[in-house]
Amino acid sequence: MLAYSLRRLLIAIPTILLLIVACFFLMHVAPGGPFTSERPLPPQVLANIEARYGLDQPLWKQLWDYLYNIVVHFDFGPSFKFKDRDVNDIIAQGFPISLTYGSLSFLVATAVGVSLGIAAAIKHNSWIDYFAVGLGIAAQALPNFIMGPILILTFTLWLGWLPGGGWNGGQWQYLVMPVIALATSYMGSIARITRSSMLEVLNSNFIRTARAKGLPTRTVIWRHALKPTLLPVVSYLGPVFVYVLTGSVFVDIYFSTGGLGQAYVGSALSRDYAVLLGVTILYGALTVVVNLLTDLAYAWFDPKIRY
Amino acid sequence: MHKIVRTSLAGLLSSTIITGAAIAAGTHPETGEALADDQTFIYRILDEHSSVDPQVVEDVSGAEIVRDLFEGLMNQDEDGNLVPGVATEYSVNDTKDVYTFTLRDNAKWSNGDPVTAGDFVFAWKRAVDPELSSPYAWFMELMSIENAAEIIAGEKSVDDLGVKAIDDHTLEVTLSTPLPYFPQMTTHSTTFPAPQKVIEEFGDAWTKPENIVSNGAYVLTEHLPQERSVRERNEMYWDNDNTIIEKVVALVINDENVALTRYLAGELDRTEVPAGQFPRLQQEHPDEAISFPRLCNYYYTFNVSDSGPEAFKDPNVRQALSLAVDRAIITEKVMAGGQPQAYTFAPAATANFTVPDVEMASMSQAERDELAKELLAGAGYGPDNPLSFEMVYNTSEAHKKVAVALSQMWKQKLGVNAELANMEWKVFLEERGNQNFELARGAWCGDYNEASTFLDLLQSDSGYNDGKYNNARVDELLAEAKTSDDPAPLYTEVERIIAQETPVIPIYHYAGVYMMDSDVGNWPVNNVEQNWYSKNLYKVAE
Repeated sequence: MLAYSLRRLLIAIPTILLLIVACFFLMHVAPGGPFTSERPLPPQVLANIEARYGLDQPLWKQLWDYLYNIVVHFDFGPSFKFKDRDVNDIIAQGFPISLTYGSLSFLVATAVGVSLGIAAAIKHNSWIDYFAVGLGIAAQALPNFIMGPILILTFTLWLGWLPGGGWNGGQWQYLVMPVIALATSYMGSIARITRSSMLEVLNSNFIRTARAKGLPTRTVIWRHALKPTLLPVVSYLGPVFVYVLTGSVFVDIYFSTGGLGQAYVGSALSRDYAVLLGVTILYGALTVVVNLLTDLAYAWFDPKIRY
Repeated sequence: MHKIVRTSLAGLLSSTIITGAAIAAGTHPETGEALADDQTFIYRILDEHSSVDPQVVEDVSGAEIVRDLFEGLMNQDEDGNLVPGVATEYSVNDTKDVYTFTLRDNAKWSNGDPVTAGDFVFAWKRAVDPELSSPYAWFMELMSIENAAEIIAGEKSVDDLGVKAIDDHTLEVTLSTPLPYFPQMTTHSTTFPAPQKVIEEFGDAWTKPENIVSNGAYVLTEHLPQERSVRERNEMYWDNDNTIIEKVVALVINDENVALTRYLAGELDRTEVPAGQFPRLQQEHPDEAISFPRLCNYYYTFNVSDSGPEAFKDPNVRQALSLAVDRAIITEKVMAGGQPQAYTFAPAATANFTVPDVEMASMSQAERDELAKELLAGAGYGPDNPLSFEMVYNTSEAHKKVAVALSQMWKQKLGVNAELANMEWKVFLEERGNQNFELARGAWCGDYNEASTFLDLLQSDSGYNDGKYNNARVDELLAEAKTSDDPAPLYTEVERIIAQETPVIPIYHYAGVYMMDSDVGNWPVNNVEQNWYSKNLYKVAE
């Protein structure tokens, strides 16, 4: 398994390199540049700025310098928009925030979703099932950009219980709404996948055998049915984990959390090349690592899988 | 030398000295209102600021912060008039190309060092230095400071800049051409002083709260990017005794509706009102919903260059389209925030600008529509040969509403087919800048309070003239206005020509439309540039 992991990580290097190159050229193909503005800069001023950031160099040279600085100095370059900060700063500040509420959302979505799904499958066609399925579908139909305003209206304006936004070092009052907003729709999907998977497993031969030999229902569910049930759930959870970190732009916008999602989308719109590339690399690396962990988790859930 | 001393200066200074002691008692020294115990002002900003480095900052929200942290030679008062900042007075020579500023001797940096003429010299050289490559270097060029253009172009050394410290309290500026409104331009953040020692010690990191040293009424104490920045009273500020607001918090809230909700929940003292919501809010919160004119315009520009459509080369067609726009519907039904209707390019709120009697403004909408039909028919367009073109705007709900309204008006009144196209901001700028459009949205906010900041857009070789309008007489008048003692009639004349030739369709002039907590005192609603200083605000006890 160690050899397998190492091999996978080695393959990740050309993957990420390819990602950088593709992203780099796509970025430069997009019309407009970081210094295109409503007040077009006089050519001389623009030339000075471009010279400072090396944007006057040929593209291949810019790409080479960029890669060189990353590999040798671990420097992801300056931000063209936020002049007081560089990409390392922006990531160091935004990523822990995204990671905090992203991981919490992931835990909440998984715990609640899996529980709902299992409860619905065990009590198939009962009111619990209908309730869980109803809740799951409703949750799935509420993406975070709908949940955000609803939560703020309810908890901030009407009830006055929670602050309407900000981060404040990650105090719990500031975390509640972002976590709920982000977790809801994933929770719905997880509940539905868990339910259908569990139903399938419960109807399979080995469960019938377990029941036939007189094992108590609890043991059948927890010892025999749970692991195979979670297999499709895990393959869904891998990408979800990356999504909750990357897809958090709406949470950042609605709750002013200061996370990386907003910085990412903002950098694309303002053509802040280095920030866009830096965050892309981070997310790319994260995807590679999470995919690897997901694959390793398969082996634990399904003894048939060996690496 | 011909000496100018602002009469208001002396009065202002003496009044503040006498009343300084009253603040501690909890009442406002001038109005006598009871002051709130908590003097914290919290406001919303749309996006993270670009920088708090005065020579680097390029966005409005950043400039607002910089105006609190640093103080330049001159400030503006509540009405936008010039009042002393670090300089107590200035004089100009007879040829009006050498300005001498006298600096107050009690101005200090937040670390206790005195603010000297040398700090301004350092800052101004820094602004034009190709090595810093400030995006606002052009502003120094616009100020006509001697050799600024050559230094930016790399032809001369920064030491050749026409600015000199005669002694610690005397700053002399030499201009390449006389500029009557030069002192007004020293309220702009690019001209604020910079602390040389600190910048040399910390490099790019000098603006971080733990390093920054500033000379304004506030110091930066906290900055959480994309979330908040906090500035607090600077005890070293020369006029600290008269500062009432203790702490100013700028919260980044990207979504204006969320910002409004948070305002209504009491988390903010000020936020912008989303388009169309003003009438409702004014009814529900009459003391808090405010609207006042601003120094910005909203217009559509015709592409009259070779790449533009043939139809738009005919002034009658352009005028017909402008006439058929019912501005009242846009300002009252679409924007609904108290925006003034626009028939001229420069807003009426612009200082020393007399709005000409444009014929269109005095006509009723029915008369305008009638004339529009005639003009268009005369140009050969009608039911058999309908005029068709594409109009582009940058993606935004409010711009879309205006564009839809315009195209409907043209369709119904004139049978014109205007096809809408929206583009992402940077793409839009690129296309408009390269004349890849037929009719495009535009908006402009004045860099300074003078009509040329708007009208220069219509100068034939202006880099901002995206429609490529070209009129020799307009160019001549604008050039003359640059050095004229009384440019007002020249600007009026330019507006008359524009009204006649219609290279642009002015739609409305901006209004500042805010929800402002009723306990915030002295918000400068009459300062059309909205150059506000937290040191002039206060909060009354509720």
